Amino acid sequence: MTIISGTTMWLSGNEAIALAAYEAGVTVASGYPGTPSTEILETLSTYDGVYTEWAPNEKVGLEVAIGACLAGARAMATMKHVGVNVAADPLFTSSYVGVRGGLVLVTADDPEMHSSQNEQDNRNYALAAKLPMLEPSDPAEAKAMLLDAFRLSEELDTPVMLRITSRVAHVKGVVPKGERRTPPPCALAKDPAKMVMLPAIARKRRVVVEEHMNRAAAIANETPWNRIETGAGKRGFITGGVSYLYVKETFPDAPVLKLGMTWPLPDDLIRRFAASVEEVVVVEELDPFLERHVKTLGIACQGKNLIPNRGELNTDIVLAALAPERAAKAFAAIDLPSRPPNMCAGCPHRGIFHNLRRLKVFVSGDIGCYTLGALPPLSAMDTCVCMGASVTVAHGMVKALGVGGHDKVVSVVGDSTFIHSGVTGLINTVYNHSAATLIILDNRTTAMTGHQENPVTGRNIKGEPAHQLDIETLCRAVGVRHVYVVNPHDIDAAYKTLKEAIALTEPSVVIAKAPCVLLPEMRRRQIRPYSSNQQNCAGCMACVKLGCPAISWTPFTEGEAERRGYKATQKGLSKIDESMCNDCGQCAAVCKFQAIFHREETK
Amino acid sequence: MKAGNILFTGVGGQGILLASELTALALLSAGFDAKKSEVHGMAQRGGSVTAQLRFGARVYGPLIAMGTADVQVAFEMMEAVRYLPYLRPNATVVVNTQKILPPLVATGQASYPENILQNLTERKISFLSLDAFEIARQVGESKTANVVMVGALSALLPVKADVFEQSIATRVPARFKEANIEAFRRGRAVST
Repeated sequence: MTIISGTTMWLSGNEAIALAAYEAGVTVASGYPGTPSTEILETLSTYDGVYTEWAPNEKVGLEVAIGACLAGARAMATMKHVGVNVAADPLFTSSYVGVRGGLVLVTADDPEMHSSQNEQDNRNYALAAKLPMLEPSDPAEAKAMLLDAFRLSEELDTPVMLRITSRVAHVKGVVPKGERRTPPPCALAKDPAKMVMLPAIARKRRVVVEEHMNRAAAIANETPWNRIETGAGKRGFITGGVSYLYVKETFPDAPVLKLGMTWPLPDDLIRRFAASVEEVVVVEELDPFLERHVKTLGIACQGKNLIPNRGELNTDIVLAALAPERAAKAFAAIDLPSRPPNMCAGCPHRGIFHNLRRLKVFVSGDIGCYTLGALPPLSAMDTCVCMGASVTVAHGMVKALGVGGHDKVVSVVGDSTFIHSGVTGLINTVYNHSAATLIILDNRTTAMTGHQENPVTGRNIKGEPAHQLDIETLCRAVGVRHVYVVNPHDIDAAYKTLKEAIALTEPSVVIAKAPCVLLPEMRRRQIRPYSSNQQNCAGCMACVKLGCPAISWTPFTEGEAERRGYKATQKGLSKIDESMCNDCGQCAAVCKFQAIFHREETK
Repeated sequence: MKAGNILFTGVGGQGILLASELTALALLSAGFDAKKSEVHGMAQRGGSVTAQLRFGARVYGPLIAMGTADVQVAFEMMEAVRYLPYLRPNATVVVNTQKILPPLVATGQASYPENILQNLTERKISFLSLDAFEIARQVGESKTANVVMVGALSALLPVKADVFEQSIATRVPARFKEANIEAFRRGRAVST
C-alpha cells in the first residue's frame, strides 16, 4: 500500500477492497487464501479495529461472517471462485436468513486460469443463490462498490456478492481515501422466524427472498453503478467488470451500457439502451450471462458469436472480434523453450515425488505448489481435481479396483489442504476401509498463495501464537493405526517408509515433514551449498531428473567426452549453480558417483 | 512521451514486481495516471512472468495490447524475445544479459537459443543490454539487480532521476536505501 497524496493511494484491487472494508466499519472478516483473493484479508489484517482470521476452508469462513452479521456487525468473507463452491451450502440459505449487520461475500474469479483448476463464472451463483451482485472494473470502483454493497445489504436485508476477477484483484490503480464509519455496537437478538430455517419458516422466508430480489431489481434500474454512456455510432455495447475497460479502449466514443450491478439486471435500463441504438453487442468475459438475459427480454443482440466464452478478454481480442481492420500489426511469436513454473531449489516436495516415481504407483494429487509434481521431469502426479480430492479419489479408485488395489494408488495432499477438506476424506477412508496410503506434505505453511498461516503453523493471520494442530495425533484420532513421519530430504529413509506403508492392507498416513524453503526462517539461515565434482560425474542424470532449478545439464559435443577423459558413451555433465542451491541434499542422496559434495564453507 | 506502455518480463523471483512498482510510483509522482497488472500465485514459481504498466493522462485498461508496448524491460535474455508480439515497431528493449535455464534446457531436452538478441536486431528493435547482476554485485547488494534495471529504464521515461530516487527511498527498507539508490544511479549511467 502506498500513499501518493493526502487523499489518494496507489492500491491493488484487493488492497482497495481491504481499505473499503475498514472504512465501511467491518469488524469481522474471515476467509481462506486463494489466488486471486488472498491479499484482501492479508491487507485487512493490518488495520486496527477489525477482527480477521484465516478459516480452515471457505464454508467455515462464510459461516463465521454470517454469524458476525447476525450479531449485528458488518462482516465480510473472501475467497477465490472455486472457494465459493465449498461455501455454497451456507450461501444458498444465507439469502433466506438475511442479515442484521451488512454481509458481503467477495468472490475473486480467475478467467484464463492463471492460478486455478477451472474458470467458472461466479455471476451464476448470484442468480442461483438469489443474491444481489456488484462487479467493479478497477481498484477505485472496487472500493466504492464494496462500501455501497454494505449499504445495499442492510437496506435489502440480504447478503451481497462482490465479484472481482484477476485483472481487478491484481491491478493497481489510484484510489481515493475516506473516513471510517464507526461500527455500531453488537448485541444478540433472538428472531427464530428469520434465523431458524426449519421447513415451515424457510417456506415463509422464501417469499421474503422474492420480495428482496424484486426490490433489488428496482434498485438496479436506478443505481449509478448501471449507467448509459451516450455516444456516437449505430452500435451500442452492453458490458461490465473489466470488459468495460476494453470496450472503452477500443470504442471510446461508442454508446455503452455499463453494468456494475450484474444481478439482478436492470430490465428497463437495458430496454431503454437497446431502443437508443441500432445494434447491441454484449462484451463480457466467460459465460454469456448478460447476453442470455438481454435475449430473454426479447432484444436481439450479438455476443458470444463474436467474443470468446473462455479465457480472459483484452483489447486485442475485442479489436479482433469487432474491428479487425484496426488491430495493430504485431511481430510473430518466436518458438522458444517454454518456461513453466517449477518447485523451488531445495523444495521438500521434490524428494517425495522422486520416490513416488521410483515406486511406480498411481498418484492422486491435490491443490498446492506440489501440483507442480505433475510436470516433467518428475511427472509424479496423475490426478488433480479440487481441494481435498486426493484422498477421496484414491479411495474411490481402490474400491473400484477391488482386492489387490490397496498398493496401486497413493494420495498426496499439503498440510493446509488436508485441514481444508482432506481430513473428511481420511475419515471416510478409515470408516469405509480402503488402504490407499495418504502422504501429507507438511511444509508448515500455505505456500502456493504466498505463505499464509493455517491451523498447523501455530500462528494466526497476524502472526500471533495460536494453537498448533498436531497432524499426527489427528490422523490417529480418526482411526489411522499406521502413521509415519519422514524427512522428505532423506531420500532413502523416506523411500523405505513409503514402501512399507503402501504395502499395508490397512489405512496408512505418511507425514513428510520439512519446512518450505521460502519461509523467512529458512531464508535467514546459513546455507552451505552443494557443489559438483565434475571429474566424478558419470552423466547418469539421476540428479538432473529431480528437476531442481539449481541443477543443469551440459551435453558433450561430438568427441568431447573422450577428449576430456570421460567414457566415450557419456553424453554430458551435470552442474550445480551454487548461488541457487538451498542445501537440501536430495541430489547428493541420489548421486552414486560421489560427484556431489557439501562445501564446508558457507555462502 | 505523454503516454506509454511498459512491459516488464523475466523469471519469477527476479524482483520484477518491485521494479514495476518503483517505476509506477515515479510516474505517479510526476503527475501521470497509471494502471499496472501483475500475476500472482502459480506463475511466480520460477515461471515466465510479466508486469504490465500503462501511463498517461487517463488510463482505462490494465493490459497492454499486442504491438503497442513502447519499452520492454527484460530481466532475462530469452524472456526479452518471448514477448515480441507485444512490442510496437521501433520499440526499445532494456535487457539484462543474465541467462536462466528453463527446465527443458536444464534437463538437456532443449538448448538455450544462441545469439538470441539477434531476433531483436533483425526486427529493427533497438536494445540496451547490461549485466544488472554484476553491477548489483559491485554495488555490494546482489538483490538490487532489479533496481539497476529500473535505473537503465528511467532514462527512457519522461520522469526526472530525482523523482525516481525519491520513490525508491520511500518504498525500500531504510537499511537498503543507499544500496538501492546507488544501484539505480549505476543502471541509469548505462543508459545515458
